[in-house]
Amino acid sequence: MREPERVTCDLPDADATAALGGALARALCAEAPGHAFLVLDGDLGAGKTTLARGFLAALGVAGAVRSPTYTLLESYEAAGRPVHHLDWYRLGGWDDLENLGFRDLQTAPNWLLVEWPERVPEVAAAADLAVRLRHAPAGPAAGRCAELVAGTAAGRRLLRRLAADSGLG
Amino acid sequence: MESSCDETAVAIYASDRGLLAHRVYTQADLHEIWGGVVPELASRDHVRRVTPMIRQVLADAGLAVPPRAGPGPGPGGRGPGGAPRSPVDGVAYTAGPGLVGALLVGAAVARGLAYAWGVPAVGVHHLEGHLLAPLLEVDPPAFPYLALLVSGGHTMLVDVEGLGRYRVLGESLDDAAGEAFDKTAKLLGLAYPGGAKLARLAESGREGRFEFPRPMLDRPGLDFSFSGLKTAALVAIAGSERENGRPLDEQGRADLARGFELAVVDTLVAKTVRALDAGAGRYRSVVVAGGVGANRRLRERLAAAARARGVEVHYPRPEFCTDNAAMIAFAGHARLAAGETTDLRVLARARWPIEELAPPGATPSQ
Repeated sequence: MREPERVTCDLPDADATAALGGALARALCAEAPGHAFLVLDGDLGAGKTTLARGFLAALGVAGAVRSPTYTLLESYEAAGRPVHHLDWYRLGGWDDLENLGFRDLQTAPNWLLVEWPERVPEVAAAADLAVRLRHAPAGPAAGRCAELVAGTAAGRRLLRRLAADSGLG
Repeated sequence: MESSCDETAVAIYASDRGLLAHRVYTQADLHEIWGGVVPELASRDHVRRVTPMIRQVLADAGLAVPPRAGPGPGPGGRGPGGAPRSPVDGVAYTAGPGLVGALLVGAAVARGLAYAWGVPAVGVHHLEGHLLAPLLEVDPPAFPYLALLVSGGHTMLVDVEGLGRYRVLGESLDDAAGEAFDKTAKLLGLAYPGGAKLARLAESGREGRFEFPRPMLDRPGLDFSFSGLKTAALVAIAGSERENGRPLDEQGRADLARGFELAVVDTLVAKTVRALDAGAGRYRSVVVAGGVGANRRLRERLAAAARARGVEVHYPRPEFCTDNAAMIAFAGHARLAAGETTDLRVLARARWPIEELAPPGATPSQ
Protein backbone atom coordinates (compact mmCIF):
# COMPACT_ATOMS: atom_id res chain seq x y z
CA MET A 1 0.00 0.00 0.00
CA ARG A 2 1.31 3.44 -0.85
CA GLU A 3 1.72 5.56 2.21
CA PRO A 4 -0.59 8.55 2.37
CA GLU A 5 0.84 12.04 1.85
CA ARG A 6 -2.22 13.85 3.07
CA VAL A 7 -5.19 13.21 5.36
CA THR A 8 -8.08 15.55 6.12
CA CYS A 9 -10.77 15.48 8.78
CA ASP A 10 -13.54 17.64 10.19
CA LEU A 11 -13.38 18.78 13.79
CA PRO A 12 -16.87 19.80 14.92
CA ASP A 13 -15.77 21.16 18.31
CA ALA A 14 -12.83 21.77 20.62
CA ASP A 15 -13.05 18.25 22.04
CA ALA A 16 -12.56 16.84 18.54
CA THR A 17 -9.53 19.08 18.04
CA ALA A 18 -8.02 17.88 21.33
CA ALA A 19 -8.84 14.27 20.36
CA LEU A 20 -6.92 14.67 17.09
CA GLY A 21 -3.95 15.89 19.14
CA GLY A 22 -4.29 12.79 21.32
CA ALA A 23 -4.50 10.46 18.33
CA LEU A 24 -1.40 12.08 16.85
CA ALA A 25 0.48 11.56 20.13
CA ARG A 26 -0.51 7.89 20.27
CA ALA A 27 0.57 7.35 16.67
CA LEU A 28 3.89 9.02 17.47
CA CYS A 29 4.36 6.79 20.54
CA ALA A 30 3.65 3.71 18.39
CA GLU A 31 6.18 4.77 15.75
CA ALA A 32 8.58 6.02 18.45
CA PRO A 33 11.03 7.93 16.24
CA GLY A 34 14.13 9.20 18.07
CA HIS A 35 13.48 12.70 16.76
CA ALA A 36 10.25 14.18 15.41
CA PHE A 37 9.50 17.64 14.09
CA LEU A 38 5.80 18.50 13.84
CA VAL A 39 4.41 21.89 12.85
CA LEU A 40 0.96 23.21 13.60
CA ASP A 41 -0.40 26.09 11.59
CA GLY A 42 -3.66 28.00 11.60
CA ASP A 43 -4.96 31.47 12.39
CA LEU A 44 -5.53 32.89 15.87
CA GLY A 45 -8.35 30.91 17.45
CA ALA A 46 -8.05 28.00 14.99
CA GLY A 47 -7.40 25.57 17.84
CA LYS A 48 -3.62 25.16 17.84
CA THR A 49 -3.35 25.40 21.63
CA THR A 50 -6.28 23.00 22.03
CA LEU A 51 -4.63 20.46 19.72
CA ALA A 52 -1.29 20.90 21.50
CA ARG A 53 -2.98 20.35 24.86
CA GLY A 54 -4.61 17.12 23.62
CA PHE A 55 -1.25 16.02 22.19
CA LEU A 56 0.70 16.67 25.39
CA ALA A 57 -2.00 15.22 27.66
CA ALA A 58 -1.92 11.96 25.67
CA LEU A 59 1.86 11.87 26.14
CA GLY A 60 1.27 11.99 29.88
CA VAL A 61 1.84 15.67 30.61
CA ALA A 62 -0.30 16.51 33.64
CA GLY A 63 -1.23 20.02 34.66
CA ALA A 64 -0.99 23.31 32.83
CA VAL A 65 0.01 23.49 29.16
CA ARG A 66 0.97 27.13 29.13
CA SER A 67 0.97 29.06 25.90
CA PRO A 68 4.53 29.44 24.63
CA THR A 69 3.72 32.72 22.85
CA TYR A 70 5.57 34.88 25.36
CA THR A 71 8.13 32.36 26.58
CA LEU A 72 8.85 31.08 23.00
CA LEU A 73 9.50 27.58 24.35
CA GLU A 74 7.85 25.33 26.93
CA SER A 75 9.64 22.06 27.61
CA TYR A 76 8.27 18.82 29.04
CA GLU A 77 9.61 15.39 29.89
CA ALA A 78 7.03 13.04 28.38
CA ALA A 79 6.90 9.55 26.89
CA GLY A 80 10.47 9.11 28.17
CA ARG A 81 12.02 11.98 26.22
CA PRO A 82 12.14 15.75 26.03
CA VAL A 83 9.11 17.20 24.23
CA HIS A 84 9.37 20.88 23.30
CA HIS A 85 6.37 23.07 22.51
CA LEU A 86 7.45 26.18 20.60
CA ASP A 87 5.69 29.26 19.29
CA TRP A 88 7.36 31.24 16.51
CA TYR A 89 4.72 33.98 16.41
CA ARG A 90 7.06 36.63 17.78
CA LEU A 91 10.13 35.64 15.81
CA GLY A 92 11.47 37.80 13.02
CA GLY A 93 13.22 35.04 11.11
CA TRP A 94 15.86 32.40 10.92
CA ASP A 95 18.53 34.23 12.96
CA ASP A 96 16.13 34.42 15.91
CA LEU A 97 15.86 30.62 15.80
CA GLU A 98 19.66 30.42 15.86
CA ASN A 99 19.65 32.57 18.99
CA LEU A 100 17.05 30.32 20.59
CA GLY A 101 19.37 27.35 20.06
CA PHE A 102 16.94 25.69 17.67
CA ARG A 103 19.75 24.04 15.72
CA ASP A 104 20.63 22.08 18.87
CA LEU A 105 16.99 21.12 19.43
CA GLN A 106 16.69 19.99 15.83
CA THR A 107 19.56 17.54 16.06
CA ALA A 108 18.83 16.17 19.56
CA PRO A 109 16.71 13.15 20.49
CA ASN A 110 13.41 14.88 21.21
CA TRP A 111 9.97 15.62 19.77
CA LEU A 112 9.19 19.16 18.65
CA LEU A 113 5.76 20.71 18.21
CA VAL A 114 5.95 24.15 16.63
CA GLU A 115 3.13 26.71 16.32
CA TRP A 116 3.25 29.55 13.76
CA PRO A 117 5.81 27.72 11.54
CA GLU A 118 5.12 30.17 8.70
CA ARG A 119 7.22 32.77 10.51
CA VAL A 120 10.34 30.83 9.50
CA PRO A 121 9.19 28.85 6.44
CA GLU A 122 12.67 27.72 5.37
CA VAL A 123 13.12 25.84 8.66
CA ALA A 124 9.50 24.65 8.85
CA ALA A 125 9.91 23.03 5.43
CA ALA A 126 11.98 20.28 7.07
CA ALA A 127 9.07 19.16 9.30
CA ASP A 128 8.06 15.50 9.28
CA LEU A 129 4.41 16.41 9.48
CA ALA A 130 2.40 19.62 9.09
CA VAL A 131 -1.02 19.92 10.72
CA ARG A 132 -3.11 22.70 9.22
CA LEU A 133 -6.16 23.89 11.12
CA ARG A 134 -8.75 25.97 9.30
CA HIS A 135 -12.15 27.33 10.21
CA ALA A 136 -15.05 25.35 8.74
CA PRO A 137 -16.45 27.03 5.60
CA ALA A 138 -19.64 27.89 7.52
CA GLY A 139 -17.64 29.91 10.08
CA PRO A 140 -15.85 29.33 13.39
CA ALA A 141 -19.03 28.27 15.19
CA ALA A 142 -19.28 25.30 12.82
CA GLY A 143 -15.92 23.95 13.94
CA ARG A 144 -12.62 23.41 12.18
CA CYS A 145 -11.09 21.34 9.40
CA ALA A 146 -7.70 19.74 9.76
CA GLU A 147 -5.34 18.78 6.99
CA LEU A 148 -2.29 16.68 7.84
CA VAL A 149 0.52 16.68 5.30
CA ALA A 150 3.62 14.47 5.52
CA GLY A 151 6.93 16.06 4.58
CA THR A 152 9.28 13.12 5.11
CA ALA A 153 9.23 9.30 5.02
CA ALA A 154 8.88 9.30 8.81
CA GLY A 155 5.93 11.66 8.45
CA ARG A 156 4.28 9.31 5.95
CA ARG A 157 4.68 6.37 8.33
CA LEU A 158 3.18 8.47 11.12
CA LEU A 159 0.26 9.47 8.94
CA ARG A 160 -0.41 5.85 7.91
CA ARG A 161 -0.42 4.81 11.56
CA LEU A 162 -2.74 7.66 12.49
CA ALA A 163 -5.12 6.87 9.64
CA ALA A 164 -5.21 3.17 10.49
CA ASP A 165 -5.68 3.63 14.23
CA SER A 166 -8.20 6.43 14.23
CA GLY A 167 -10.13 5.72 11.04
CA LEU A 168 -9.09 9.02 9.47
CA GLY A 169 -8.47 9.58 5.82
CA MET B 1 19.09 46.52 36.36
CA GLU B 2 16.21 44.98 34.46
CA SER B 3 16.40 43.59 30.92
CA SER B 4 14.29 40.43 30.95
CA CYS B 5 12.17 41.27 27.92
CA ASP B 6 11.81 44.43 25.88
CA GLU B 7 12.36 47.06 28.56
CA THR B 8 15.82 48.30 29.50
CA ALA B 9 15.57 49.80 32.98
CA VAL B 10 17.92 51.09 35.67
CA ALA B 11 17.04 52.34 39.15
CA ILE B 12 18.77 53.29 42.39
CA TYR B 13 17.26 52.55 45.78
CA ALA B 14 18.62 53.71 49.14
CA SER B 15 17.53 51.89 52.29
CA ASP B 16 17.18 55.18 54.20
CA ARG B 17 15.86 57.46 51.47
CA GLY B 18 13.87 55.16 49.22
CA LEU B 19 13.93 55.30 45.46
CA LEU B 20 16.44 57.89 44.24
CA ALA B 21 16.06 57.58 40.48
CA HIS B 22 14.69 55.25 37.85
CA ARG B 23 14.39 55.14 34.09
CA VAL B 24 12.76 52.76 31.62
CA TYR B 25 13.32 52.55 27.93
CA THR B 26 10.82 50.40 26.06
CA GLN B 27 11.33 48.77 22.69
CA ALA B 28 7.57 48.46 22.19
CA ASP B 29 7.56 50.70 19.12
CA LEU B 30 10.40 48.76 17.53
CA HIS B 31 8.52 45.53 18.13
CA GLU B 32 5.23 46.84 16.82
CA ILE B 33 6.83 46.97 13.39
CA TRP B 34 7.77 43.30 13.69
CA GLY B 35 4.57 42.11 15.34
CA GLY B 36 6.09 41.01 18.64
CA VAL B 37 9.24 40.79 20.68
CA VAL B 38 12.09 39.67 18.48
CA PRO B 39 14.66 38.19 20.86
CA GLU B 40 17.76 39.19 18.92
CA LEU B 41 16.44 42.69 18.38
CA ALA B 42 15.72 42.91 22.12
CA SER B 43 19.28 41.88 23.07
CA ARG B 44 20.93 44.26 20.64
CA ASP B 45 18.84 47.17 21.81
CA HIS B 46 19.61 46.43 25.47
CA VAL B 47 23.33 46.51 24.66
CA ARG B 48 22.94 49.94 23.06
CA ARG B 49 20.83 51.45 25.85
CA VAL B 50 22.21 50.07 29.06
CA THR B 51 25.46 51.99 29.64
CA PRO B 52 24.20 55.49 28.81
CA MET B 53 21.17 54.75 30.98
CA ILE B 54 23.31 53.77 33.98
CA ARG B 55 25.23 57.06 33.70
CA GLN B 56 21.99 59.00 33.36
CA VAL B 57 20.35 57.37 36.38
CA LEU B 58 23.46 57.93 38.53
CA ALA B 59 23.36 61.60 37.53
CA ASP B 60 19.60 61.77 38.23
CA ALA B 61 20.26 60.41 41.72
CA GLY B 62 23.01 62.97 42.33
CA LEU B 63 25.65 60.25 42.65
CA ALA B 64 29.16 60.37 41.26
CA VAL B 65 29.21 59.27 37.66
CA PRO B 66 32.37 57.24 37.03
CA PRO B 67 34.63 58.75 34.36
CA ARG B 68 34.36 57.32 30.89
CA ALA B 69 36.89 54.61 30.17
CA GLY B 70 39.92 56.12 28.47
CA PRO B 71 43.39 54.94 27.56
CA GLY B 72 44.83 53.71 30.85
CA PRO B 73 43.82 54.63 34.38
CA GLY B 74 42.87 58.26 34.58
CA PRO B 75 43.24 60.57 37.56
CA GLY B 76 40.57 60.74 40.23
CA GLY B 77 37.57 58.52 40.72
CA ARG B 78 39.71 55.68 41.98
CA GLY B 79 39.65 54.17 45.43
CA PRO B 80 42.37 52.38 47.33
CA GLY B 81 44.12 49.73 45.27
CA GLY B 82 43.25 51.43 42.02
CA ALA B 83 39.64 50.18 41.88
CA PRO B 84 37.14 52.79 40.75
CA ARG B 85 35.21 54.09 43.75
CA SER B 86 31.69 52.69 43.73
CA PRO B 87 28.73 55.05 43.73
CA VAL B 88 26.55 52.25 45.19
CA ASP B 89 26.82 49.56 47.89
CA GLY B 90 25.61 46.73 45.69
CA VAL B 91 24.18 45.88 42.28
CA ALA B 92 20.98 43.89 41.71
CA TYR B 93 19.99 42.51 38.34
CA THR B 94 17.11 40.47 36.95
CA ALA B 95 18.46 36.92 36.64
CA GLY B 96 15.26 35.42 35.20
CA PRO B 97 12.84 34.30 34.01
CA GLY B 98 12.85 35.91 30.58
CA LEU B 99 14.50 35.86 27.17
CA VAL B 100 18.00 34.57 27.74
CA GLY B 101 19.74 36.92 25.30
CA ALA B 102 18.05 39.91 26.87
CA LEU B 103 18.70 38.74 30.45
CA LEU B 104 22.38 38.18 29.71
CA VAL B 105 22.91 41.83 28.76
CA GLY B 106 21.69 43.21 32.10
CA ALA B 107 23.26 40.37 34.08
CA ALA B 108 26.69 40.68 32.47
CA VAL B 109 26.79 44.46 32.80
CA ALA B 110 25.57 44.38 36.41
CA ARG B 111 27.92 41.58 37.43
CA GLY B 112 30.84 43.31 35.69
CA LEU B 113 30.12 46.67 37.31
CA ALA B 114 29.83 45.12 40.77
CA TYR B 115 33.17 43.36 40.25
CA ALA B 116 34.88 46.54 39.02
CA TRP B 117 33.41 48.58 41.85
CA GLY B 118 34.24 45.93 44.46
CA VAL B 119 30.67 45.62 45.74
CA PRO B 120 28.37 42.58 45.99
CA ALA B 121 25.89 41.63 43.28
CA VAL B 122 22.62 39.75 43.61
CA GLY B 123 20.46 38.07 40.95
CA VAL B 124 16.76 38.80 41.44
CA HIS B 125 13.70 36.85 40.26
CA HIS B 126 11.69 39.11 37.95
CA LEU B 127 8.35 38.12 39.49
CA GLU B 128 9.64 38.72 43.01
CA GLY B 129 10.18 42.29 41.83
CA HIS B 130 6.54 42.52 40.69
CA LEU B 131 5.23 40.93 43.90
CA LEU B 132 7.15 43.38 46.09
CA ALA B 133 6.59 46.48 43.91
CA PRO B 134 3.75 47.83 46.09
CA LEU B 135 6.25 48.09 48.97
CA LEU B 136 7.87 50.97 47.07
CA GLU B 137 4.80 53.11 47.72
CA VAL B 138 3.92 55.12 50.81
CA ASP B 139 1.47 53.12 52.94
CA PRO B 140 2.73 49.69 51.80
CA PRO B 141 0.69 46.54 52.50
CA ALA B 142 1.70 44.36 55.48
CA PHE B 143 2.64 40.68 55.09
CA PRO B 144 0.97 38.34 54.44
CA TYR B 145 -0.88 39.63 51.41
CA LEU B 146 -2.55 38.18 48.36
CA ALA B 147 -1.07 39.17 44.99
CA LEU B 148 -2.83 39.00 41.65
CA LEU B 149 -0.11 39.11 39.03
CA VAL B 150 -1.55 39.78 35.57
CA SER B 151 0.61 40.57 32.57
CA GLY B 152 1.29 39.46 29.03
CA GLY B 153 3.27 36.48 30.22
CA HIS B 154 1.67 35.65 33.57
CA THR B 155 -1.65 35.25 35.33
CA MET B 156 -1.28 34.02 38.88
CA LEU B 157 -2.60 34.38 42.40
CA VAL B 158 0.24 34.27 44.91
CA ASP B 159 0.31 34.15 48.69
CA VAL B 160 3.11 36.53 49.75
CA GLU B 161 4.14 35.67 53.26
CA GLY B 162 7.37 37.67 53.25
CA LEU B 163 10.57 38.21 51.28
CA GLY B 164 11.28 34.96 49.45
CA ARG B 165 8.15 33.22 50.79
CA TYR B 166 5.74 32.79 47.91
CA ARG B 167 3.07 30.19 47.28
CA VAL B 168 1.29 30.02 43.91
CA LEU B 169 -2.41 29.50 44.68
CA GLY B 170 -3.60 29.44 41.08
CA GLU B 171 -2.40 30.28 37.60
CA SER B 172 -3.43 30.25 33.97
CA LEU B 173 -3.51 26.80 32.43
CA ASP B 174 -2.97 28.24 28.95
CA ASP B 175 -2.92 31.87 27.77
CA ALA B 176 -2.10 34.66 30.21
CA ALA B 177 -4.74 37.38 30.64
CA GLY B 178 -2.58 39.98 28.89
CA GLU B 179 -1.96 37.56 26.05
CA ALA B 180 -5.73 37.04 25.65
CA PHE B 181 -6.09 40.84 25.45
CA ASP B 182 -3.32 41.10 22.84
CA LYS B 183 -4.65 38.25 20.70
CA THR B 184 -8.29 39.33 20.81
CA ALA B 185 -7.12 42.84 19.90
CA LYS B 186 -5.45 41.30 16.84
CA LEU B 187 -8.76 39.61 15.91
CA LEU B 188 -10.36 43.06 16.05
CA GLY B 189 -7.74 44.37 13.65
CA LEU B 190 -5.62 46.23 16.22
CA ALA B 191 -1.84 46.09 15.83
CA TYR B 192 -0.15 43.44 18.00
CA PRO B 193 0.38 43.76 20.96
CA GLY B 194 -2.86 45.71 21.27
CA GLY B 195 -4.23 44.81 24.71
CA ALA B 196 -4.18 48.40 25.96
CA LYS B 197 -5.77 49.60 22.70
CA LEU B 198 -8.54 47.04 23.15
CA ALA B 199 -9.21 48.39 26.65
CA ARG B 200 -9.46 51.92 25.20
CA LEU B 201 -11.86 50.70 22.51
CA ALA B 202 -13.98 49.02 25.22
CA GLU B 203 -14.48 52.41 26.90
CA SER B 204 -17.01 53.38 24.22
CA GLY B 205 -18.52 49.89 24.04
CA ARG B 206 -21.98 48.93 25.26
CA GLU B 207 -22.43 46.24 27.86
CA GLY B 208 -24.59 43.25 27.02
CA ARG B 209 -24.39 43.30 23.23
CA PHE B 210 -21.78 40.51 23.22
CA GLU B 211 -21.71 37.95 26.00
CA PHE B 212 -18.50 36.00 26.52
CA PRO B 213 -18.08 32.87 28.64
CA ARG B 214 -16.42 33.18 32.06
CA PRO B 215 -13.83 30.40 31.78
CA MET B 216 -13.33 28.08 34.77
CA LEU B 217 -15.70 29.97 37.06
CA ASP B 218 -17.89 26.90 37.33
CA ARG B 219 -14.94 24.79 38.49
CA PRO B 220 -13.44 24.83 41.97
CA GLY B 221 -9.92 26.08 42.51
CA LEU B 222 -8.03 29.19 41.57
CA ASP B 223 -6.67 28.36 38.12
CA PHE B 224 -7.50 30.40 35.03
CA SER B 225 -7.97 29.60 31.34
CA PHE B 226 -8.24 32.31 28.72
CA SER B 227 -7.40 30.62 25.42
CA GLY B 228 -11.07 29.77 24.67
CA LEU B 229 -12.01 33.47 24.60
CA LYS B 230 -10.35 33.82 21.19
CA THR B 231 -12.80 31.33 19.69
CA ALA B 232 -15.68 33.10 21.44
CA ALA B 233 -14.54 36.38 19.87
CA LEU B 234 -14.20 34.80 16.42
CA VAL B 235 -17.67 33.25 16.65
CA ALA B 236 -19.13 36.61 17.72
CA ILE B 237 -17.40 38.47 14.88
CA ALA B 238 -18.46 35.92 12.25
CA GLY B 239 -22.00 35.73 13.63
CA SER B 240 -22.43 39.47 13.48
CA GLU B 241 -21.07 39.62 9.93
CA ARG B 242 -23.51 36.94 8.81
CA GLU B 243 -26.43 38.65 10.53
CA ASN B 244 -25.72 42.11 9.18
CA GLY B 245 -24.17 41.20 5.85
CA ARG B 246 -21.16 43.44 6.56
CA PRO B 247 -18.12 43.55 8.83
CA LEU B 248 -18.44 44.89 12.38
CA ASP B 249 -18.56 48.70 12.42
CA GLU B 250 -16.64 50.83 14.92
CA GLN B 251 -19.43 50.67 17.54
CA GLY B 252 -19.71 46.90 17.06
CA ARG B 253 -15.98 46.45 17.60
CA ALA B 254 -16.19 48.60 20.73
CA ASP B 255 -19.15 46.55 22.00
CA LEU B 256 -17.23 43.35 21.40
CA ALA B 257 -14.14 44.73 23.14
CA ARG B 258 -16.35 45.68 26.09
CA GLY B 259 -17.90 42.20 26.31
CA PHE B 260 -14.47 40.56 26.13
CA GLU B 261 -12.94 42.87 28.74
CA LEU B 262 -15.83 42.25 31.12
CA ALA B 263 -15.42 38.48 30.82
CA VAL B 264 -11.69 38.66 31.64
CA VAL B 265 -12.17 41.18 34.46
CA ASP B 266 -15.09 39.25 35.99
CA THR B 267 -13.02 36.07 35.95
CA LEU B 268 -9.98 37.72 37.53
CA VAL B 269 -12.10 39.39 40.21
CA ALA B 270 -14.12 36.24 40.97
CA LYS B 271 -10.99 34.10 41.44
CA THR B 272 -9.31 36.78 43.56
CA VAL B 273 -12.39 36.98 45.77
CA ARG B 274 -12.42 33.20 46.01
CA ALA B 275 -8.78 33.28 47.20
CA LEU B 276 -9.58 36.00 49.76
CA ASP B 277 -12.51 33.97 51.07
CA ALA B 278 -10.44 30.77 51.18
CA GLY B 279 -7.86 32.70 53.21
CA ALA B 280 -10.53 33.25 55.86
CA GLY B 281 -9.14 36.50 57.22
CA ARG B 282 -5.46 35.77 56.42
CA TYR B 283 -5.25 38.69 54.00
CA ARG B 284 -5.87 42.29 54.91
CA SER B 285 -4.49 43.46 51.59
CA VAL B 286 -4.63 42.36 48.00
CA VAL B 287 -1.98 43.60 45.62
CA VAL B 288 -2.44 43.85 41.86
CA ALA B 289 0.75 43.78 39.81
CA GLY B 290 1.66 43.42 36.15
CA GLY B 291 0.65 45.39 33.06
CA VAL B 292 -3.03 44.32 33.09
CA GLY B 293 -3.18 45.82 36.60
CA ALA B 294 -3.40 49.20 34.87
CA ASN B 295 -6.82 48.23 33.45
CA ARG B 296 -9.39 50.68 34.81
CA ARG B 297 -12.34 48.30 34.89
CA LEU B 298 -10.31 45.67 36.74
CA ARG B 299 -9.34 48.27 39.32
CA GLU B 300 -12.94 49.41 39.84
CA ARG B 301 -14.44 45.94 40.16
CA LEU B 302 -11.72 44.63 42.40
CA ALA B 303 -11.87 47.68 44.66
CA ALA B 304 -15.61 47.20 45.13
CA ALA B 305 -15.32 43.46 45.82
CA ALA B 306 -12.45 43.95 48.28
CA ARG B 307 -14.15 46.84 50.08
CA ALA B 308 -17.15 44.61 50.72
CA ARG B 309 -14.77 42.24 52.56
CA GLY B 310 -12.88 44.89 54.48
CA VAL B 311 -9.73 44.23 52.43
CA GLU B 312 -7.51 46.99 51.02
CA VAL B 313 -6.39 46.92 47.39
CA HIS B 314 -2.86 48.12 46.64
CA TYR B 315 -1.55 49.00 43.21
CA PRO B 316 1.94 50.00 42.35
CA ARG B 317 1.91 53.28 40.38
CA PRO B 318 1.32 52.57 36.66
CA GLU B 319 5.00 52.75 35.67
CA PHE B 320 5.77 50.09 38.27
CA CYS B 321 2.97 47.80 37.02
CA THR B 322 4.89 47.17 33.82
CA ASP B 323 8.52 46.05 33.74
CA ASN B 324 10.84 48.43 35.59
CA ALA B 325 14.08 48.41 37.57
CA ALA B 326 12.73 50.12 40.70
CA MET B 327 11.15 46.84 41.78
CA ILE B 328 14.39 44.94 41.06
CA ALA B 329 16.43 47.52 43.01
CA PHE B 330 13.98 47.18 45.89
CA ALA B 331 13.98 43.36 45.97
CA GLY B 332 17.76 43.28 45.47
CA HIS B 333 18.35 45.77 48.27
CA ALA B 334 16.22 43.65 50.61
CA ARG B 335 18.24 40.53 49.76
CA LEU B 336 21.62 42.29 49.91
CA ALA B 337 20.68 43.87 53.25
CA ALA B 338 19.96 40.36 54.56
CA GLY B 339 23.43 39.27 53.49
CA GLU B 340 22.59 37.41 50.29
CA THR B 341 24.93 37.72 47.32
CA THR B 342 25.34 35.94 44.02
CA ASP B 343 28.86 34.83 43.18
CA LEU B 344 30.89 35.85 40.14
CA ARG B 345 28.75 33.83 37.75
CA VAL B 346 26.57 35.79 35.37
CA LEU B 347 23.26 34.25 36.42
CA ALA B 348 20.57 34.12 33.72
CA ARG B 349 17.72 31.61 33.84
CA ALA B 350 15.10 31.59 31.08
CA ARG B 351 12.76 29.54 33.28
CA TRP B 352 12.70 29.79 37.04
CA PRO B 353 9.59 28.72 39.02
CA ILE B 354 8.95 31.32 41.70
CA GLU B 355 8.26 28.69 44.34
CA GLU B 356 11.96 27.73 44.14
CA LEU B 357 12.80 31.02 45.86
CA ALA B 358 13.69 31.08 49.53
CA PRO B 359 14.20 33.87 52.04
CA PRO B 360 17.80 35.16 52.26
CA GLY B 361 19.92 32.91 54.42
CA ALA B 362 17.61 29.88 53.99
CA THR B 363 18.39 27.03 51.59
CA PRO B 364 20.65 28.35 48.84
CA SER B 365 18.62 28.60 45.64
CA GLN B 366 21.50 29.59 43.45
